Amino acid sequence: MGSKPYNEMTLSDGAARAHYMRYSQWLTDQPADRLAQKRAEADALFHRVGITFAVYGQEEGTERLIPFDIVPRVLPLEEWIRLEGGLKQRVRALNAFIHDIYHDQQILKAGIIPAEQVLCNSQYRPEMQGVDVPGGIYAHIAGIDIVRDDAGEFLVLEDNLRVPSGVSYMLENRKMMMRLFPELFSGHRVAPVDHYPDVLLDNLRSVAPTGVADPTVVLLTAGAHNSAYFEHAFLAQQMGIELVEGQDLFVRDEAVFMRTTQGPQRVDVIYRRIDDDFLDPLVFRPDSMLGVPGLLTAYRAGHVNIANAIGTGVADDKSIYPYVPEMIRFYLGQSPIIGNVHTWLLRRKEDEDYVLAHLPELVVKEVHGAGGYGMLIGPAASKAEIDRFRKQIIAMPERYIAQPTLALSTCPTFADRNLAPRHIDLRPFVLSGRDVTIVPGGLTRVALREGSLVVNSSQGGGTKDTWVLET
Amino acid sequence: MLSRTADHLFWMSRYIERAESLARLVDAHYRMSLLPHSGENLSQSLSSTMTALHMEDAYLKKYETIEPRTVFEFVSLDRDYSGSIVSCLRAARENARAVRGSLTSELWETLNSTWLEARSLVANLSPSPDIGHFVEWVKERSHLTRGVTIGTMMRDEAFHFTRIGTFLERADSTARILSAHQSDLVPGADASAVPDPYQWSVLLRALSAFEVYRRAFRDVITPLRVAQLLILRDDMPRSLLRCCKEVYANLRAVSNDQSSETERRAGEMHAMLHFTRMEEITAGGLPRFLEQFLARVRDLGDRIATDFLLPAAEV
Repeated sequence: MGSKPYNEMTLSDGAARAHYMRYSQWLTDQPADRLAQKRAEADALFHRVGITFAVYGQEEGTERLIPFDIVPRVLPLEEWIRLEGGLKQRVRALNAFIHDIYHDQQILKAGIIPAEQVLCNSQYRPEMQGVDVPGGIYAHIAGIDIVRDDAGEFLVLEDNLRVPSGVSYMLENRKMMMRLFPELFSGHRVAPVDHYPDVLLDNLRSVAPTGVADPTVVLLTAGAHNSAYFEHAFLAQQMGIELVEGQDLFVRDEAVFMRTTQGPQRVDVIYRRIDDDFLDPLVFRPDSMLGVPGLLTAYRAGHVNIANAIGTGVADDKSIYPYVPEMIRFYLGQSPIIGNVHTWLLRRKEDEDYVLAHLPELVVKEVHGAGGYGMLIGPAASKAEIDRFRKQIIAMPERYIAQPTLALSTCPTFADRNLAPRHIDLRPFVLSGRDVTIVPGGLTRVALREGSLVVNSSQGGGTKDTWVLET
Repeated sequence: MLSRTADHLFWMSRYIERAESLARLVDAHYRMSLLPHSGENLSQSLSSTMTALHMEDAYLKKYETIEPRTVFEFVSLDRDYSGSIVSCLRAARENARAVRGSLTSELWETLNSTWLEARSLVANLSPSPDIGHFVEWVKERSHLTRGVTIGTMMRDEAFHFTRIGTFLERADSTARILSAHQSDLVPGADASAVPDPYQWSVLLRALSAFEVYRRAFRDVITPLRVAQLLILRDDMPRSLLRCCKEVYANLRAVSNDQSSETERRAGEMHAMLHFTRMEEITAGGLPRFLEQFLARVRDLGDRIATDFLLPAAEV
């Protein structure tokens, strides 16, 4: 990384940026021990409330806290307005793309995306071909990962259109900040976020099958051992809907019911937090104990709606990502407000050659990887790791993409007993239903290890409260 | 509400109630162990209690003889034994976690922090843990849990299933403690003989009934009155009658299409206890009465599971 990362809080001369001025002053006024003490208080509260995250690959039942950093990430209103416009535009185009792929496939016919790249993708679901979903909406909840480069430019790093998670931390972080530092909120006009569950529920109700006056919405979880279980329980409670597991549902006469203490009750909308593969053992993975046999039949018959729709993965795959700016032009006739990070597709011979020659400078990702697994960060990798990746790439180049190593922007973060800059990203949650809406801000993730660029919670990342200032 | 949710709530409250019952039993015996010359009585009471609670086999797999100290530690703190107090606290928390969205956040946080404290306590166990302090703490946490339940939960199905779990478990527990002490409760050849004060205090303290007895009778302790208090008194919170009354009332509040027979049986149990007299029970034999009562509690638990908690097929 040659260039200096963009610092969210301070200018190059060390002075605070305009939107951080007041906070920065408050920070200097704090007695030395207060922040450390507040941080310990936050940890204790998170533990008691059980805001925990199950970590895969560790001892069964391991629950860990996602580290919470007490320094907020602040966005001035004008930056947010631009981001919001760009995000809505992008999600509209992505929904149009998924609808097109499962209907006329005009974008393929126009030659904008190679057909085999879509139709041979493991995330493409032929079962969805010709199925009409309410409102033509597929990605009802989208988590779009945004980073900022050294020039301060926002870029989309990744689209998450299957079962994006993290919104509960956005909400809990705000609650925690207000509890720890109420005085900050009287001094700043921070746009509220706590109406997110209401907006989500309203959207889910709006996409119920036609003719259902008072739809029953449920949240489908894989259960208490799933890594994001806290979030599932939290959202169900906040929306006042049932948190169901596959075993609680059954299909009869192409309709979905849940088993209740008062007998079977019809279900109209399923906000599912399990992957396509596990939804219906009759169609997808036959060994899935998490799903509901017959669900796809009921769905295709239009008797139940599923959010997000089955088959959205075809649009957030890393090999499709480079084409999103083209989708925006194709479906909306607009130029993209937020750009992509430059991406080399290793399925192309010339890209592969370039990447193999520049591995120590690049980030290489597995096309189907997620959560920071299966990834090479060139500048941070040892020679052995690079060699291992090189072999993997040569064996199956189509499984990889590469991007330049971005100097992700930094934000002061509480490390040990001092503040130090750490790299961050931003995941806003874009909701599509009656309209496309975004609760101001999103989840800011922070790489807590010095110099690290990996913000994923499964890889030692933490989170921050994200403020959009209204003035 | 979801059947699975009702199931978790039912077991959550059963496990908390069980933890409290065990804590009371340990506490009563622990106090007895501090009295002089308690040796023989104590071992005998511990042994019959463990038999009534089906704990003896698990205990004897691990220890050779019944020593008060090891029994207390086994029942209170043994993480490997699923029937211990810490295991009950863990099971209560796991059930709560599975349905945390259906609990108030105060209730969830209470159960969660109880388990977190218990876990760190067991992880940093001293060679001679302060059992008296531990069981005191368990009772407090159970009181707190119950208070938070009553003070914060909506009076809906979730609440009623929680209460059914509490009272069914309590009925079971009271009956078992009575059966462990049945020999003291049946008047022997000499009905006026002064009963063993150790045994009485254990029994009454284990059921939080020592002070209640004094208030209710303002007289010396006699076997018949003790049995009367713990079986037939409507105003005694841990008596069999009181528990059956609560189970019946809460069951009626969640009534569904297939539960009429279960409600009838619960009502029958309540009516039987309400209208019977102590003399009738002793005439048929207290052991037999308690045995039948426990069987009926079990039957009720099974029927509740079938009617509400685990509906078999979707038809």
